[in-house]
Amino acid sequence: MTALVEQLKGGLDAPICLTWELTYACNLECVHCLSSSGRRDPRELTTAEAKAVLDQLHDLQVFYINIGGGEPMIRRDFFELVEYSIGRGIGVKFSTNGAFIDADKARRLAAMDYLDVQISLDGTDALTNDAVRGTGSYATAIRAMDHLCDAGFVERNGPFKISVVVTRHNVDQLDDFEALADSYGAQLRITRLRPSGRGADTWHDLHPTNAQQRQIYDWLLVHGERVLTGDSFFHLNALGPENLPGLNLCGAGRVVCLIDPIGDVYACPFVIHDEFRAGNVRDGGGFGRVWKQSELFRKLREPQSAGACASCGAFDACQGGCMAAKFFTGIPLDGPDPECVSGHGELAVEVGAGSAPRPMMDHSKPPRPTPVALGRK
Amino acid sequence: MTGEVATPPLAQRALGLHPQVALRPEPFGALAYHYDTRRLVFLKHPDVVRVVRALDDHATVAGALAACDIEPGRHAAFERALTSLIESEVLHDRTR
Repeated sequence: MTALVEQLKGGLDAPICLTWELTYACNLECVHCLSSSGRRDPRELTTAEAKAVLDQLHDLQVFYINIGGGEPMIRRDFFELVEYSIGRGIGVKFSTNGAFIDADKARRLAAMDYLDVQISLDGTDALTNDAVRGTGSYATAIRAMDHLCDAGFVERNGPFKISVVVTRHNVDQLDDFEALADSYGAQLRITRLRPSGRGADTWHDLHPTNAQQRQIYDWLLVHGERVLTGDSFFHLNALGPENLPGLNLCGAGRVVCLIDPIGDVYACPFVIHDEFRAGNVRDGGGFGRVWKQSELFRKLREPQSAGACASCGAFDACQGGCMAAKFFTGIPLDGPDPECVSGHGELAVEVGAGSAPRPMMDHSKPPRPTPVALGRK
Repeated sequence: MTGEVATPPLAQRALGLHPQVALRPEPFGALAYHYDTRRLVFLKHPDVVRVVRALDDHATVAGALAACDIEPGRHAAFERALTSLIESEVLHDRTR
C-alpha cells in the first residue's frame, strides 16, 4: 500500500476525484459554505463550454465527477449536462440541498444509470441543522429524501447518500445520522469541516473540540467501513495505531482537483484562492493541459517537506494534515494542521490568526438590510 | 454462484473483465472503476494489467498467463491478484 501511496503522491494521468461546482448560485446561505456561494457568477461556463469540458474528461478517462455548487440543480441545463456526462461514460455524483427535488425530478433521477445523489444535512433535527444551513433546510432535505424514496431511487440505483459536515454541534448525532440513513436504505457520508469560504469566519466556533476528534476517530474505527468519508479525516490517524480506512494522503493536485463555475481549476475544493489556482478550462489545451502541465500541480506532486512536523512521531500517520485547513488559518503549509490531535496546531492558529489569507471569489448574497428602528436614537 | 458444481481451479477458469468495469492506464499499472459497485480498484503492476486485458481472448487463465509470458514462478502471485480482482468484481467468470 505504501508504494502505491508514493505513486499517488506523484500524481495520476487524470484525477480520481474531480469536483465540479456547476454554479455559485444557491437558494441557501450555509454558514460554512466552502465556496461562499449565493449569487450566480455572470462568467459561468455555458452549456456548450460545459459539454466541451465533459468531452475532455471523457478523453482523459475520468470515471466519474462530483457535481456541486452552489446548488447545482439551479442551473437550467442541469439535467442536460448530467445526461450528457453519463452518455459519455462519466458517472455523476452530485450534492444538493434537495430544494429542487420534487416527485417528478425524483423519478427522473431514479431513472438514470450511474447517478449518485448526496443530500446535505448537518443535523438530525431541525434546530441543529438549520442553525448552520438556514431556516427550513432540514424539512427541505427530508422532503427530498422522501421523494427519492417514493420514486424507488434506492431499489433502482442503490443507496443515495446523506452528506454531513461534522461540527461541534452534531458530533453527538453520528449514530442518529446512521439510523436516519438506514431508515431510507441510504448511506451516510461524513466529512471534515474546513475553514474555507464562509467557513473561514465560522470554523472557530464550529470545528470539533479535541475531545470530539477522539470521539470521531473511535466512531469511525467501528463504523468506517460502512460510512463514506472522502478520506477527509486522515489527520485523526495520529490518535492511534490503527489507520482509518482510506488512502491517508492529501490528494490536492495529485488525485483530486476542483473546477469552479467559471472554469477555474483549483488543487482541491477547499482552496478557492489564487494561490491554488492552476489554470482555467477555457485556456488553450483545456482541462487536460492544466491537470498535466500546470506549474502549481507539478509543485504539489513533488515530495513535500514535513517541516515543523518532521520530528513528530505521528507524521507518518497524519501526513501533516489538510493543506486547506492550514492555509486558511494562517499556518505555513509545512506546519501542523490547526486540528492537530497532539495540540501542536492550537498555538499555530493563535500565531497565524492575524495573517490568515481571506478566501477569494465571495459570491455571498448581500446582507439583508437590518430593520431600522424608527424614533429611537 | 450456484454452489452445485465445484469451481474448477483458477488456472482452468475462463475469466474476463466485468462489462461494467473500465480500466485506465496509470504509471503504476491501472485504475479499474466498477460502474455498478462504484468501487475503485488499483491494479498495482503493469504485468497484472496485461494479463487482465488478455483474459478475454483466452479460454483459461493459464492460457492468458502463458500468452503474456508470465514465468511459472510468478503464477501463484498472479493467481492471488486475480482472485482479489474476482472478489472486487473487476473480473467475472465468462459463460462458456
